[in-house]
Amino acid sequence: MSTTSLQRGLEAWKEEMDAPLAAFFSSCVHCGICAEACLFYTETGDPKYTPIHKLEPLRRFWHQEFTLFGRLLKMVGLSKEITDAELAAWEPLVYDSCTLCGRCSQACPMGNDITYMIRKMREGFAASGHVPPGMVGAAGRAVRIGSPMGVKLSALQAQIGHIEQESGLKIPVDVQGADYMALLSSMEIMNFPEYLEALARIFEQAGVSWTLCSEAFEATNSGVQVGSKDIARELLQRVVDGAEKLGVKCVISPECGHAYYALRWEGPNLIGRTYTFQVLHILELLDQLRGEGRLKVEGQFEELLTFHDPCQIVRKGGVLAEPRNLLALISDNYVEMPDSREFNWCCGGGGGVSSNERAEALRLKVFARKKRQLDATQAETLVTACANCRLMLEEGLEEYGMELPVTGLTEMIAEKLASSSAEGRGERTEER
Amino acid sequence: MTPMDFLQLVRGPLFDIALTIFIFGVLLRLFEIIILDRKRDLSEARGGEFIAGSKTIFRRFKPDREKLQHSPVPTILGYIFHLGFFICLLFFIPHIELIHSALGVSWPGLPNFLVDVVALITMGALVGLFLYRLTNPLLRFLSSFQDYFLLVVVFLTLATGYIAFHHIIEPYPLALGLHLLSVELLLVIFPFTKLMHTFTVFLGRYYNGAMAGRRGVQS
Repeated sequence: MSTTSLQRGLEAWKEEMDAPLAAFFSSCVHCGICAEACLFYTETGDPKYTPIHKLEPLRRFWHQEFTLFGRLLKMVGLSKEITDAELAAWEPLVYDSCTLCGRCSQACPMGNDITYMIRKMREGFAASGHVPPGMVGAAGRAVRIGSPMGVKLSALQAQIGHIEQESGLKIPVDVQGADYMALLSSMEIMNFPEYLEALARIFEQAGVSWTLCSEAFEATNSGVQVGSKDIARELLQRVVDGAEKLGVKCVISPECGHAYYALRWEGPNLIGRTYTFQVLHILELLDQLRGEGRLKVEGQFEELLTFHDPCQIVRKGGVLAEPRNLLALISDNYVEMPDSREFNWCCGGGGGVSSNERAEALRLKVFARKKRQLDATQAETLVTACANCRLMLEEGLEEYGMELPVTGLTEMIAEKLASSSAEGRGERTEER
Repeated sequence: MTPMDFLQLVRGPLFDIALTIFIFGVLLRLFEIIILDRKRDLSEARGGEFIAGSKTIFRRFKPDREKLQHSPVPTILGYIFHLGFFICLLFFIPHIELIHSALGVSWPGLPNFLVDVVALITMGALVGLFLYRLTNPLLRFLSSFQDYFLLVVVFLTLATGYIAFHHIIEPYPLALGLHLLSVELLLVIFPFTKLMHTFTVFLGRYYNGAMAGRRGVQS
């Protein structure tokens, strides 16, 4: 990010300015309700973490440049100019203490979509060179190597080899004209390869024509989190090119929240055109298969389950009913968390916070919010549908000394598949 | 200047000036927002924008558990103040008569004693909001001069109205003139302050609801 400067940052903000942003800034009455909706405030009690306060430099910019009164004040020198030093000081508020979870946007009585505003704010921060080093590193690796964690195709091929050998399943790669192209997150490739195996099992049973793409297997998009449309576009274009080259009908977002949001909702706007394929989250596809009677399961999980709604998939992504439908298929011992669905509390690691080492202590501190929510459920297994949430939950649970297994919903479905190749699965279940 | 001259001044030219600034100011501010427009969203919609956006406008008038539980003071006092203010503004019979003489429309008012009680409660809520803003660490941190100043200006419109109606300050033309003057102050600062939320709240809620509705979420 060598060509960054304050000037470029301000230009990026100008580019991002739109009617919703102006309406939101005009509406805020400083009531403080968004603070109570943000885990960074509720768990620290520090008012600087009030969501709308995190936007103060952008608010001033809007007022100075996009209102007549603000322009007049600026002309006579009555308004404070935005400086590089100020943005540097603001950086931790914009990145370390916001996971783009969208809870404040649900709470604001004025209807301010504060997360939408932060997303735009970050464009200016990225263009002016004020991004936490950890996130710069992740975005750089994503561009250069193809994955924020530096996972290369060879690593994926090794995992595919293991899975194929162990399970006897075939993982199709680069199959021209397959119906579905599955994407993965680096975290799934490295930490949770069970996901890929689960996909193979389920798709085999349901008779789904699918493939991985050797040129586009990474679903995550660090560009969206950093706030750089250029990076976001470049990463997304790889997926689009891969999908169009293979001629698939649909691209499946993995259990990764930001990947889904970037692909499903930001993607076409980043590349400036609609896709030639459909995008589904894996839970949407599984629920479709369930509806068509193609997802056959046998047996249920005995232990008490609860579901952590990944912000980008549920509150911001609109996949609300699907996880519930699927859970009902494999469990009748299920409990909702208090404040679930649109009002769920974030794992604390969204929006790039998980790759921002500087934010780690704060992230673990605010996990106390999640802990209370989990404690209230008395659940024995925590299910989610985002590999990043999953890792963050595991780290948080460990930090607070809580013994609670965390698992992905797709894997759980695969475990209860009513297929002929049921042998051996029981053992694996025991191991977990 | 006699009290009567003062009343003539604030009722005549000053009121016209204030109303003009208010109307053109509000229109300008709304124009400044709407002209910025928003980019067409190219993603495949899961739900409609219009109904979801309209629903959000109404939904966020309703108190929810989240706000009542976590921010009870500003929520409850906020409701009391807003409702009370609009009752006094729109259902006090002399106000209705004024509107009738200016615009020719009219509706039934509330008995004076009832408006009286509402005015007192509303002023109480405003004092409460002011003190809460001053003493609560979160609100104190977030508040600028404007946040306090606007509470005072709104309080003054109610207080001077109450004073004029009860003839607490004599002569009456002076008291009524002060009431009008405070209203004019409110009108003049309105477009340049966060009082604009009176109008922009509809825009903001609509945008929020429409963008969420498009993704299949009711916000």
